[in-house]
Amino acid sequence: MNHAETGMSRLTLGPVLFNWPAETTRDFYFRIADEAPVGIVYLGEVVCSKRSAFFEPYLPEVVDRLERAGKEVVYSTLALITSERDMAEVRAVTARTDVRVEANDVAGAAMLAGRPHAIGPFVNIYNESTLAYFVGKGATRVVLPAELPARSLAVLAKAAEGTDLEVQVFGRLPLAISARCHHARSRNLRKVSCQYVCADDPDGMDVETLDYEPFLAVNGTQTMSHASVNLVHELDALQEMGIGGFRLWPHSIDMCAVARVFRDVLDGRQESQAAEARLAELVDFAPFSNGFYHGREGAAWVTAPAPSPDVSSGSVLESF
Amino acid sequence: MSQRPLELVCPAGTPAALRAAVDAGADAVYLGFRDETNARNFPGLNFDRTELQEGLTYAHDRGCKVSVAVNTFPAAGNPGPWRSAVDAAADLGADAIILADIGLLDYTTRHYPEMRRHLSVQASASNIEAIRFYHEAFGVKRVVLPRVLTLAEIAALNAQTPVETQVFAFGGMCVMAEGRCALSSYVTGRSPNMDGVCSPASHVHFQQEGNKLVSRLGEFTVNVFLDGEPAGYPTLCKGRFITEGRASYLFEEPTSLNVIDMLPQLMAAGVTALKIEGRQRGRAYVAQVVAAFRHAVDAASRGEAVPQPDLAALTEGLRDTSGVYSKTWQ
Repeated sequence: MNHAETGMSRLTLGPVLFNWPAETTRDFYFRIADEAPVGIVYLGEVVCSKRSAFFEPYLPEVVDRLERAGKEVVYSTLALITSERDMAEVRAVTARTDVRVEANDVAGAAMLAGRPHAIGPFVNIYNESTLAYFVGKGATRVVLPAELPARSLAVLAKAAEGTDLEVQVFGRLPLAISARCHHARSRNLRKVSCQYVCADDPDGMDVETLDYEPFLAVNGTQTMSHASVNLVHELDALQEMGIGGFRLWPHSIDMCAVARVFRDVLDGRQESQAAEARLAELVDFAPFSNGFYHGREGAAWVTAPAPSPDVSSGSVLESF
Repeated sequence: MSQRPLELVCPAGTPAALRAAVDAGADAVYLGFRDETNARNFPGLNFDRTELQEGLTYAHDRGCKVSVAVNTFPAAGNPGPWRSAVDAAADLGADAIILADIGLLDYTTRHYPEMRRHLSVQASASNIEAIRFYHEAFGVKRVVLPRVLTLAEIAALNAQTPVETQVFAFGGMCVMAEGRCALSSYVTGRSPNMDGVCSPASHVHFQQEGNKLVSRLGEFTVNVFLDGEPAGYPTLCKGRFITEGRASYLFEEPTSLNVIDMLPQLMAAGVTALKIEGRQRGRAYVAQVVAAFRHAVDAASRGEAVPQPDLAALTEGLRDTSGVYSKTWQ
């Protein structure tokens, strides 16, 4: 199904990957509920189970506010499950039959099999056979890994047959996860006694090369790109492929404004060049990248070909 | 009292390394085909069909098993090379196929139900429910554990599953959960999952700048060495970076894994097999490491004190650690 034709393109807000104060997170979601043109909001701790308890008391009121605003809420789960604590947390969420859950590890996917669920970007779905396997087990929504190039996205979209595929279009990309907390290590601490130093960096801790070039960002056990992915120029091509979901990763900037920019481009109310300029005003912590989409190194920023009214953005696809 | 010895699973990047590993006492060797279907897709490495056939004969004649790694994630729209690799491994009589991709596990299970299937570390099965899934869905007999678990966690897993576990014992060490790392592709466009490479040599540059040797991966500086300082290969996660004004080995020092001092504990934890990393290594390296581990594993199985050979010269940065299996590493 071509979602562009049926107007089904949905903007989504991924789970907050950072360790924000619980009240900040609550207020963030209240504002999202009231102002952001996103259809799906993912909630829950994906990076480190040591953080999970802080936001839990606020969850019911946030869910209520989001649902009353017409947002679909999906509960995201941990990307790396090693300890008993991790496992217990994922079991508790996947056991709930009254909510939609996003699995970010095969363990979660296995526990959700047989009923509708989402598969997150931390599960390796690189090809149509693996996609078909998960769809056969009840996955109705699949968020694709960050490093997939356009040609893979196009094949997967064609093979998806009604399963909603979602692509990460904005924010620092989660690139790796470790058992080690690099945030703690940077302060000569360990994960067991981390003092929650990850809370100091609401968009991740900057990592520079020895020649002071911005390079990566550390978010606890997760390593992220320094650049923010920005696929605003690729939205038309993605829609033409049949990709229907576009994920924004939360940052400590005006995410309602970010969502409006993407919504305006999806709805044809704004050109992508103007949108890029507006997003550059909003994003004060990093430049943009779109290299993965173009089959290049992820850090690259591939600028659109010279604007020509005759060349549709489908040209990316035609060049394969 | 004698216990079932740990199985010694050794790298065979080339036919010469295969023979070296077999001769030095490997219980099993693992290898891959010469293409993007395996996670050590480096120039000059790996096997074609004929070489695999010869390697199988050499190993089997000497009581050594051969596992074929088809452990990258098949590209969308192009399953051919990966399925061909599985077909060839099965046709030629490999003892096991090491897989990571669920679609390919599904294919192998349907087409070669009798073929022994191992789960590659690239599948990152780090907990009991994931292991249970791969066992029940695809009959996986052995899981190569991602190096994110403590010894206590490994013991707890083994107590809960009939699936054999294989752990990393010696060699290069991923800091990140294996199969879930896009750092290399963020910098070079070439990834472990899709291309079978990490921090590929094609993107490495060393440059002398005054009294400093600068190592770069793609456009980014990974390390700087002053005159006389030993310069390591710029694997991204073993580089020196700056956070809050301070330079450090933020992710990990350039160090190698070596568990030779904890074999009794690994046996007690119910581990079945030890994996020596290093398909990119030459036959001399392979011979030396495998022989050392052969002696150590045999001694441990007899309940004797385990010899602690000096393998420092073979380790990255001339340092090694078994600390990664303890909570304090995290």
